[in-house]
This record gives sequence, C-alpha cells and structure tokens, in this order.
Amino acid sequence: MNRPVVVLIVLLLVAVPLSLLAGRVWLDPEATPNVAVILAELRLPRAILALVIGAGLGASGAAMQGYLRNPLADPGLFGIAPGAALGAVASLSFGYAAAPVLLPLFALLGAGGAMALLAAIAGRTGGIALFTLAGMMIASLAGALTSLAISLAPNAFAMSEIVTWLMGALTDRSWNDVLLAAPLTLAGIGCLAMAARGLDALVLGDAAARSLGMEPRRLQFWLIAGVGLTVGSGVAVAGIVGFVGLIVPHLVRPFTDRRPSQLLLPSALAGALLVLVADSLCRVLPLVTELRLGIALSLVGAPFFLLLLLRMRRGLL
Amino acid sequence: MLAIDNAALAGRLAGVSAALEPGRITAICGPNGAGKSSLLQCLAGILRPDAGAVTLRGEAIATMHPRTRAQAIGYLPQDGEVAWDVAVRSLVALGRLPHRDRGEAQVAAALTALDLDHLADRPVSRLSGGERARALLARVLAGTPRWILADEPLAALDLGHRHSLLRHLRDAAAGGAGVVLVLHDLALAMNHADRVLVLDSGRLVADGPPADALDVATIETIWGVKARWLGEPGARALLAG
Repeated sequence: MNRPVVVLIVLLLVAVPLSLLAGRVWLDPEATPNVAVILAELRLPRAILALVIGAGLGASGAAMQGYLRNPLADPGLFGIAPGAALGAVASLSFGYAAAPVLLPLFALLGAGGAMALLAAIAGRTGGIALFTLAGMMIASLAGALTSLAISLAPNAFAMSEIVTWLMGALTDRSWNDVLLAAPLTLAGIGCLAMAARGLDALVLGDAAARSLGMEPRRLQFWLIAGVGLTVGSGVAVAGIVGFVGLIVPHLVRPFTDRRPSQLLLPSALAGALLVLVADSLCRVLPLVTELRLGIALSLVGAPFFLLLLLRMRRGLL
Repeated sequence: MLAIDNAALAGRLAGVSAALEPGRITAICGPNGAGKSSLLQCLAGILRPDAGAVTLRGEAIATMHPRTRAQAIGYLPQDGEVAWDVAVRSLVALGRLPHRDRGEAQVAAALTALDLDHLADRPVSRLSGGERARALLARVLAGTPRWILADEPLAALDLGHRHSLLRHLRDAAAGGAGVVLVLHDLALAMNHADRVLVLDSGRLVADGPPADALDVATIETIWGVKARWLGEPGARALLAG
C-alpha cells in the first residue's frame, strides 16, 4: 500500500470519531443523555453517508479527469448529476416525496435516464469528443427541465423545498439512505476500477491507447456505469454536492505517480475525508441555520477552481 | 509476417497491398496526405479498413483480441502526447499494459537500451525533445512487441538523437522485430530502410529496396521535384532542384 493511501486512512481514523462527536451539541460520551441513540441513529449514518458520497465523488472525479485528460473535468460534465437532480425535483414537484423512498428512487431513475441517453448517443463510436458534448447537452437539458419544474412548482412551499434540496445536505439522513447509497457507490467504484487500465493507456493519447489494447466502447461502458452509480446514488440521498470531484484529484495527484489508475483509491479516500470534514464543519459553525453542505463546498470549490485556472495560465499544471 | 491485402479506407487508402517481413526496417514514404499514417494505423489495428484485411501470421487482426494484438504490435504515434506529467519510469511501464504485469525487467531493459537510467525518475515535462522521443520509444520497447510501428519517430530530433534512435531501431530489427517507420526524410529512408513503400493519394506506387523505390524518376513523378542522389550507398544525400 502506498504512502498517500496510508496517510489518508490514518486521517480518516482520526476524523471519523471526531465527526461523530462534533455538532451544534458536542457529545460527551459520559455526560450527554441518550448518547447511544444520537450516535447510532443520527451521527453514525450521517458520517457513513458523508464517507460514501465523498468516496464516490472523489473516485468519479479522478476517473473523469483521466478519461478526458483534462484537469478541469468534473463528474457533473456527464450530465448524470443534473439528470439525478431532475428526477428528484420531479418527485418533489409532483408531491411524491412525501414517501421517503420515492425521492431517491426518482433521482436514480433520472441518473439512469441520463446514463442511457449518454450511452445511446455516444456509445456507438467510443469517441471522447462526442461523449463529452453529449454529456454537456444532457446536463444542459436536465438543468433546463429542472428550472421548468421549479417555475411550475404548485406552491411556494414546494418551490422552497426543491431549491433547498438542490443545495445538497446530509441533515437528518438515516440508515435507509446509507443502505441505498453505500452498495450502489461501492459498485460504482468497482466499475471505475475496471476502467483503470484503459485510463492509464489514455495517458498516451487515443491512438496509442487503442494500440495498447484499450477498447473505447468498453471503457465508456465502465465509466458511464461507474460515474452513474456513484454520482447518481450520491445525488439521490444528498442533493447536488459539487466541486469534490474537481478538487480532490488535484489535491492528491502530486502525491501519486500521476497515472489515473494510481489516483482512484487515494481520490476516493480523500473525497470521503473532505465531505466528512466539510459536513462536520457545517454542523459546528455557529450560524442561525445549519450551512448546507453543497453551499459550503461550492464556497471552497469555486475559488479553488479559479486558482487552478490561474496556475494553468502560468503553465504550472 | 504482417500483411495488408487490398485495403481501402474512404478518402485515405485505395487498395493497398503489402506483406512485411520481420527482422527488417520498412519505411513508408509519400507526400503530405498520401495516406502514410492511415496505412500505419491500419497495420497497427487502430483503424479498420472499409475493405480488405490486415493479417498477422495469417490471422486477421480485426478479429484478434485487442490485448493479443497489442502484445504483438507496438505503435508509436507522431504526436507523442503524454497527458499527465508522469515520471519516465511510469511512462515506460505503460508499455506493459497489454501484458497486465509490472514487467520490471522489461521496463529496466528498455530504460537501459535507450540510455534513460539516469532520467528514470524525472517527470516528462522536464525532458528535452530528444529525451522525450527516447522515452516514448522505450515505452514501445518495454512491451517487447514483435512489430514496432512508428509514425515519424525522428521528426524534430537533432542529428545525434536521430542516429541514436535509428541505431536502437536497427538493433530491434536485428533482434527479430519487424520495424515499420513513416518517414518524410527520403535520405533517411534511402540510407536506413531495407524496403521502402511509396504512397501517393492512397495508392501504393512503389515498393522495393530503397534504391529502386526512391529512384529519381519516382521522386519526380510523386513529389514533383527534380532531384539526384549523391554519395555512396548507406550515406546518400538528396540534392533537389
């Protein structure tokens, strides 16, 4: 096991117990009443969900950047997250979200629809440019339909619910959410691992990668499945949590040998750590209402993105 | 034997046939847009001809498992792209991908063969053009392919690096590998190839030993330039105009 992986595991071993204790009310295992219930029913599922979603987004980001050979690529580019968000917003808009299981299922349907559309448009040729453009088109369409759903919301309460949900958060999530997201995310990371060799071959460009035995359509299949499962299940239980997939591979890359395959596991671990820490900070910050996780990560992510662009301009990447 | 039989590719190749032997350096020459790179990519199995077939030892490469094909045929593209700033050793190790092993011995041998041992841990962004070209060729050699197909591997190299790289390719051919090079520089093809294929507008217009395939009449017909060869065989220079 290489050094970044060991360091990240140690950091996670420190961060997880701290996250369980952290919150508007810091838990004292000996003094807080009902500490076992709070831990088992609130803090633990929330922490596990943060780890699962972060791991999925981190690994997806690393895979996307490897596939597009572009440090600015993000899982959102495939249109799968907007697709999942559209599904969730539709369920809120139609009032189906009253049943707790329906919203995630609608979101997964949305993600599945985006994946199927992407595969149908771009899957035949295996070309990267067509694939990216198809993903952007799907993202744009899903975004427009989401806006339409918001504008057609039956009442102000539904509209507020949709907008709040889109901001992304892990507040009040339960074991049901963990049971939904964890297996799908793990399966998704497994799919991304299947793409690892193909991503390594792409370091040398498309033609050389094909000459090394990379099969473009097979690689696309694993990527669509991997990003679809990780991002789709993440959006289904937590809403839109942006920038993790963009930031994390950058933070980790200098500590690896920069081959995409070597970036997947550290990015998954670092993504898990980032979302866990960000969510814990959202709980701890002394604000009137809890800061939404999606907003917090965007507040950190957008300046980071800008920094990245400036560094690229100076040729440092 | 790597053979292409009556291969056609819309707008690029029009019925090209050739059977290439291992242990020799074959050069593909022709004016811009003649279809040289397309022919090389068809031979490498990257492009599939619309008509005709490419076979390796009698087996159609279109139906071979991509990994089996990749173990047999190493391809070096012209652009020399390296998307991430990997270290030279990691770059060379990518040549082992078709074998699904670390191939440490083969990677080490390729690094040594191209005098890259002292640069093994250096990021590719900090290599000179010549070092980078050697590292990219080492990547191909690390895969120990029976065929090395390289598109303009000598372009943008100075005289010293050019001859050093040619020496390595000659060594590979002497070791039994088939070497196929797309070359723009006709003097290099004349002096270093065992056989030259001349393409024009997607058609094979000359095929044979360099002195025959690149005679002055062919050069005038295909390139539209009156030229003459100077010097002795193996050290000839082309005087144009």
